[in-house]
Amino acid sequence: MHIDEIINGIVIDHIAAGKSMEIYKLLNLDALECSVAIIKNVPSKKMGKKDIIKIDEALDVNLDALGYIDNGITINTIENGVKTNKRHCELPERIKNVVKCKNPRCITSTEQEIDHIFKLTDRENKVYRCIYCEMKAK
Amino acid sequence: MKDLIDILDLTTDEIDALIEKANDIIANPDNYREKCRYKKLATLFFEPSTRTRLSFEAAMYELGGNVLGFSDAGSSSATKGESVSDTIKVVEGYADIVAMRHPKEGAPTIASMKTRIPVINAGDGGHNHPTQTLTDLLTIKRELGKLDNLTIGLCGDLKFGRTVHSLIQAMVRYENVKFIMISPKELKLPDYLVEEVLKKKNVDFIETESLEEVMPQLDVLYMTRVQRERFFNEADYIRLKDTYVVTPSKLENAKKSMRILHPLPRVNEISVEVDEDARACYFRQAANGKFIRMALILKLLGIE
Repeated sequence: MHIDEIINGIVIDHIAAGKSMEIYKLLNLDALECSVAIIKNVPSKKMGKKDIIKIDEALDVNLDALGYIDNGITINTIENGVKTNKRHCELPERIKNVVKCKNPRCITSTEQEIDHIFKLTDRENKVYRCIYCEMKAK
Repeated sequence: MKDLIDILDLTTDEIDALIEKANDIIANPDNYREKCRYKKLATLFFEPSTRTRLSFEAAMYELGGNVLGFSDAGSSSATKGESVSDTIKVVEGYADIVAMRHPKEGAPTIASMKTRIPVINAGDGGHNHPTQTLTDLLTIKRELGKLDNLTIGLCGDLKFGRTVHSLIQAMVRYENVKFIMISPKELKLPDYLVEEVLKKKNVDFIETESLEEVMPQLDVLYMTRVQRERFFNEADYIRLKDTYVVTPSKLENAKKSMRILHPLPRVNEISVEVDEDARACYFRQAANGKFIRMALILKLLGIE
């Protein structure tokens, strides 16, 4: 399978196999005009199988959101066909407007235009809780 | 510290200082009569309450201050669809400090993020109620002389009982405190408190459905009401509301030094006959609520 090399853009690599569509939706990649390639189930020595997303445009991605979904992801920046930067995602301390609180008793269910903010309360088990009502993110 | 939203906003040293201040207020009330002269407390109660609102108001009046506010959402602009954020921005123009009760969890957090004046959480849905916890801690300290080395029985609605949640969070920070959770299966403590507070901190606790069995072990019996307003389903409320009722005969096996606390209002979970027992201290507890709120208002307004 052949996919054109990108000249200026980013490559989101080491995505757990099957998670690429979730990231596609999260980053609103459907709104982009440029070429976007989603490559699924690529053989990987480290992961067995992985997904990759290539975006043919320089784009500021929400690292916190990516880290929340999968903190093993790497982001490569490509400039003039050359990889100029490689970043690793980390489990963020806080995430803003990445997931919504599903607790019907939470103030976020009624307050207008409020940011849905979750904080990391248990790093080992990757537990995030709503800063308003403490409900676990699902 | 600008606000009090969660009991954990306070360190144990700060709690001890508030208890000390409340005890000084009880001993020397005249020294505090003018402390909040020309200051205004806004009580924003989007949900009905008797003792919490009255104790806040009494606290501010006893400090020589004034009070304004509303006592249910029906008499506020919330019925017109005003957000909590907008309400608090308006109120900060009129008051120096706010006490807010709201049926939605996290409403006082939003308020505190949107204003420069101190916000006190006076109860947010089934979530937190830190000033009740301060009241409970002051009461335990005054009645038993300590906050450590105690076995505390929490009985009734442990799922929606916000006073229980806050009390656990506060008490796990003291040495050698053991909890006995007494509730029907449907009203057990939420998983986050079990997993992330009790287990993580290696706190000694057991869960049981029988109050009688554990009664002799208790230093404190903290009773709660099964709250009709927390149920989406009336049938569940009716089925569970009479699970535990404390009567004089059930207290026969209890320690003489045990104390019965209740955040009130009670419905029928403590028989009226128990009120005469020296171990019943829920009315003293309610009175303590005013003094600890006086201490808290002084602290948040930066008044010595």
